[in-house]
Amino acid sequence: MNIALTILALLIVLGISWRYLGSYLEAVFEGRVKFLSFIERRFYKLLGVDPEAEQSWQSYARSLIIFSVLSIAFCYGILRLQAHLPLNQSHLPGVPPALAWNTAVSFITNTNWQNYAGETTMTYLSQMMALVVPQFTSAAVGIAAAIALSRGFSRKLSKTIGNFWVDITRVIIYVLLPVAFIAAIVFMGQGAVQTFSHSVTIRNAATGFKQTIPLGPVASLETIKQFGTNGGGYFNANGAHPFEDPTAMTAFLSVVLLLAIPVSLTYTFGKMIKRKRTGLLLLATMAFFFFVSLGVATVAEKAPSPVMSAATHGQVVHAFEGKESRFGIFDSVLYDVASTQTSTGSINSQLDSYSPVGGAVALGGMMLGEVSPGGVGSGLYTILAFAIVTVFIAGLMVGRTPEFLGKKIQAKEIKLASIAVLIMPIVVLVATAIAVSVPAGRAGPLNAGPHGFSEILYAITSQGNNNGSAFGGLSGNTAFYNIIGGVVMLLGRFGVMIPVLALSGSLAAAPIVGETDGTLKTDSFLFGSLLVGVIVIVGALSFFPVLSLGPIAEALSHGRLF
Amino acid sequence: MLNAVRRSVIFLIAFGVLLGLIYPVSLALIGSGLFGSKVTGQIQSSGSPLIGQSFTGPTWFHGRLGSYNAMASGGTNYGPRSILLRKEVSAAYAFYHSHGVNPTSQLITSSASGLDPSISVNSALVQIPMVSAARGIAPSALRRLILSQQSGRDFGFLGENTVNVLRLNQSLLKLAK
Repeated sequence: MNIALTILALLIVLGISWRYLGSYLEAVFEGRVKFLSFIERRFYKLLGVDPEAEQSWQSYARSLIIFSVLSIAFCYGILRLQAHLPLNQSHLPGVPPALAWNTAVSFITNTNWQNYAGETTMTYLSQMMALVVPQFTSAAVGIAAAIALSRGFSRKLSKTIGNFWVDITRVIIYVLLPVAFIAAIVFMGQGAVQTFSHSVTIRNAATGFKQTIPLGPVASLETIKQFGTNGGGYFNANGAHPFEDPTAMTAFLSVVLLLAIPVSLTYTFGKMIKRKRTGLLLLATMAFFFFVSLGVATVAEKAPSPVMSAATHGQVVHAFEGKESRFGIFDSVLYDVASTQTSTGSINSQLDSYSPVGGAVALGGMMLGEVSPGGVGSGLYTILAFAIVTVFIAGLMVGRTPEFLGKKIQAKEIKLASIAVLIMPIVVLVATAIAVSVPAGRAGPLNAGPHGFSEILYAITSQGNNNGSAFGGLSGNTAFYNIIGGVVMLLGRFGVMIPVLALSGSLAAAPIVGETDGTLKTDSFLFGSLLVGVIVIVGALSFFPVLSLGPIAEALSHGRLF
Repeated sequence: MLNAVRRSVIFLIAFGVLLGLIYPVSLALIGSGLFGSKVTGQIQSSGSPLIGQSFTGPTWFHGRLGSYNAMASGGTNYGPRSILLRKEVSAAYAFYHSHGVNPTSQLITSSASGLDPSISVNSALVQIPMVSAARGIAPSALRRLILSQQSGRDFGFLGENTVNVLRLNQSLLKLAK
């Protein structure tokens, strides 16, 4: 009953968001939202940008890459120098080079993989400047890339795909900042902390128990962490920490925030290309994967745990290890599934302690390319790349030149879409193979047996998909994992984004051809099923072998413990 | 190329000030104005009701397992087929059994944060025989105490009906006096 009401509430809120946030996003990017134009105009003057002048795809991509590289340097610099910067009440030292590299890349690529514990590593200034600022800008960059691709479909014979600087400015000031700000006020009302006071040491006189309680500007990070599908927590425990998610209400609001933009962008896309049904089809495909994942994980986590059963002679069987009492099992699963299917990667229960099948659902969402519904922007552009591959395969079956949304899909487009779809599996599998082949990689896992392999696989998959969630038992703060993780995150982000922008340029330059009787209907149930099939086949063919070494072997261990 | 570098630098400085300073500082000011001590963690001399504490021995109601070190939040990360997990659960189960308690799963596992401040109402109720025997308080009085402290579900359907372990033990102390 409570589960049904929770899902119903989620569907209603997201339905409203899909329709209205989706249409608002379109208005923002088409320049029809103007209430801050007086600030915008001055800012563009300062930047030396003419907001009316658009960029070619090459120029758009160049701006995006240079901005991202300098953002990494900005973030890295602050982390390295934090000992000498203000707001360092705990006298923390600078972040070591390998960790600072991993963290800077992690936040700029919208991954938010964390090889550190926030409460003992980061100063308040580092949290605000080096982590929260990229949580806004990396989300803006992701959304901008998806919008650029959408323009590729909506335009004809056009040399340009928009202006990068205008796109990221507008989405931050009109969408990300206002929503994060208002949501943070709700979080504070529920008990999320937001202060610059130093940590407090308490002693409970009745028991003699002593505790040092860390504080900080948490609420301001918490909301953009979710809304921008970033996922990096203020504290080590992420959303499980009572100062981050004090109540079940904030946990639910978190789920809404992290799903809102990825879901709404399908409406934005449909509106931009003037085919709302296609937007709906993409949403339905995403929702299919999401609800299958949620269902499987819920059943798996509610099922009796063999370890609990073995330890209590079958008397106590619920799998509560690594879950918080105030959320209970279902709300924990909902949060973690939503977060792993959106490339957010925040958690409010520990995935490492999930059942083999529950953990495999989290892994599976990433291995299918993060399209259920995926991260802000990245979910939309990845599923569109899959759709182009699907159109191509369908075209081969009937022997026709494939078309998608009025654009002829030719060799160049197929190559670019294939790179975008295949780069992630290649990067993840190669890096996992390296990690299990060298002693530095094998030294990482906490757990023995197949679960130890799953911990390595999860870490690489998570970084390759810019998710950032973890099987937390892995000791990732080593030179090996910090460096390889950084490389994997960069390839997983820009290895997809650059082909996507190239695709956008090539589509924008093409004419729009009229539909004929022979055109494949791409807003039909049939096409949706084909798209689901292609996503599943690409994911399964790439990852079934490694899954069978990890979660599948563990699930089939027949009561054996490791 | 140089243009993009210059623009990136200006962008990062401008938005660094807006998002890295003005945004969090203004929220801290608004939060302390609207919600007072809520935004500083509701910390009193005996602790914060949001951050769990360790209670040991039969005279207290217990929360989740763990040392409740607030400077090292997080779970145990024991895998679902872990021998270490079985050891942890077995030891806790034996403790409760020796005090006549049939524990719930929450009582014999660690939480996700390691700082879980609450347990389900049922997890508190099952501890009544232990606390009642150790303190000489009637089970019915303990039951009333627990039921008076239920949080309820948010909006009636989100999360779980829990009791806060620190608050429960603080009122237990008053009852014992």
